[in-house]
Amino acid sequence: MFILIVGCGRVGSSVARAMLKEGHEVSCLDEDAESHARLEVGLDRGWEDLGGQFTVGAGLETDALVAAGIEKADAFIASTDGDNTNIVIAQIAQRRYEVPTVIARILDPLRAEWYQRQGLHTVCPTRVAIDMLESAVREGAPRGAGPSDGAVETA
Amino acid sequence: MYIIVIGAGKVGWNLARELLEKEHEVTVIENNRRRYLTVEQELEHNVSYGDASELWVLERAGIQRADMVIAVTGDDEDNMLICQVAKEKYEVERIIARVNNPRNKPHFDLLGIKPSVSATDLILRLLEHEVPEYGLVHLLDLQEEQLEIIEMLLGKDCGVTGRRVGDLEMPEGSLLISVLRNGKGFVPGPDTVLEVGDEVLAVLDPGHEEQLKVLFGPAESGQGNGANGL
Repeated sequence: MFILIVGCGRVGSSVARAMLKEGHEVSCLDEDAESHARLEVGLDRGWEDLGGQFTVGAGLETDALVAAGIEKADAFIASTDGDNTNIVIAQIAQRRYEVPTVIARILDPLRAEWYQRQGLHTVCPTRVAIDMLESAVREGAPRGAGPSDGAVETA
Repeated sequence: MYIIVIGAGKVGWNLARELLEKEHEVTVIENNRRRYLTVEQELEHNVSYGDASELWVLERAGIQRADMVIAVTGDDEDNMLICQVAKEKYEVERIIARVNNPRNKPHFDLLGIKPSVSATDLILRLLEHEVPEYGLVHLLDLQEEQLEIIEMLLGKDCGVTGRRVGDLEMPEGSLLISVLRNGKGFVPGPDTVLEVGDEVLAVLDPGHEEQLKVLFGPAESGQGNGANGL
């Protein structure tokens, strides 16, 4: 698979490394040239030496997307630090370039849910955190099981 | 009408002011606290603080009953997505989006955000209006409907002045719809004789501009207009 990842922060770079290790072709696009260093964290060879591709440019710029290989991408991951950018570029990948698999990281749970229903594959880290926190609180409940216990404890 | 304006920058603020004067119900949403406080001094309860990218902020502003949403923030992605959500989720009948960077215009079109307005385009049109060399002004461009309306000012050296409208070789798919003369407009008939200083409006299929430009442009005189034979 040829995978294009736009936004090479902590999330994007980790996914990129994992996909490359699994033997996929991986291309990253990021506005910040410095992000390249993050890609190589924990690697014993350079990103390009391992077959990776890295392009500097904005996800909204058609030229940059094309240079990064969007036209031949089998999968597209929008993982910049901006929800709006991710939603827009994911739709561009879907509608204009007809990339078969398009995934967008959306922090805002309400919009993640709505766009999911519109046919966009969304991943919402906030939703995941909320669910995990809630279940962690429930599972860790024994201490504060009843009001009387709590009263004893504070005393 | 109930109109929600997103962004209380120069454009949004003035727009809101005009709309309120025309007795529309208006809510402006601004996400910069300082800007909000400034604008609130004048617009009072007509301005609301929050990030309109968030659905609950739009809902709090009453988007469900809005007749129109106008997104004029300085951020194209915001404008695009706010309009997309307004149109597709809340089924707002009319949307208008501002395009800050003309290079993003195709993205607005791709997401079905229409109309989208770019200041650069408007200035270009003004330029066409102000610089006589252009001689032709786009008044309306209905891309979907494949229709365009243009305005032309007939100058002294214009080739069609003194001629009957019925005798003009108008390109197929174009029609003169109005003549403005001495501040008054009328619909020309075949017997109308065009005069210098007339402003004529023509409706046409896109792509016929050049032919019209030639027809209504300077008459081919023997001397040529300073043709530089370089």
